Amino acid sequence: MDTVILISQVIMGLALVLTFVRVVRGPSLPDRVVALELFSTTVVGLVGVYAIQSGVASFLDAAIVIALMGFLAAIGFARFLERGGPRDD
Amino acid sequence: MIEFIKGTLLISGASFMLLAAIGLLRLPDLLTRMHATTKAAALGVILIMLAAAMHFADVGVVARAFAIIVFILITAPIAAHVIGRAAYFVGSRLWSGTVKDELRPNYDPLTHELKSGLETHENAKRHPRTTDPD
Repeated sequence: MDTVILISQVIMGLALVLTFVRVVRGPSLPDRVVALELFSTTVVGLVGVYAIQSGVASFLDAAIVIALMGFLAAIGFARFLERGGPRDD
Repeated sequence: MIEFIKGTLLISGASFMLLAAIGLLRLPDLLTRMHATTKAAALGVILIMLAAAMHFADVGVVARAFAIIVFILITAPIAAHVIGRAAYFVGSRLWSGTVKDELRPNYDPLTHELKSGLETHENAKRHPRTTDPD
């Protein structure tokens, strides 16, 4: 079971690195917002795996909070983008 | 047996997240990237939370895991819709291989107005019915 947890953590760490490449490269701001949302979703998954690894169920509360923050950040960014009007980046 | 199911759920959930990240990196424009990330990442979180619920096998933990699953299932499509809408309004470019953009002829980005596509002179005329009040 420890090996499986380690493998899944490595896979999700790789996913985080690939997402971060898109955050850095992303040609426009909406691309970066989508990448950051995937970032928060992946961190929720990592926290779930860490809750299994450590045996502390309270980490799932932290996962709920992180998911909520990611959703609110996405909504806020979308409002900000729409308010700003057409842009060329 | 339950260890095997848990391991399978963990590995497949992590793999779906890696798939979402690869799709985000490889696909050509914003809407296709969103199509990759929203669904695959939500499925990945759902599988991992199922594994956590099976690991703890406690009423409170299972309820919290299902709360996360329901929350992800509700918010992922809303966030994708809002971001896609905002991105179209600010004029993000579509992929050169896009076949159809039905919004383009009907949407005016300056006045922020959307037509139904049926605004002909024939449709603009009023056809009173006999049941209408005078």
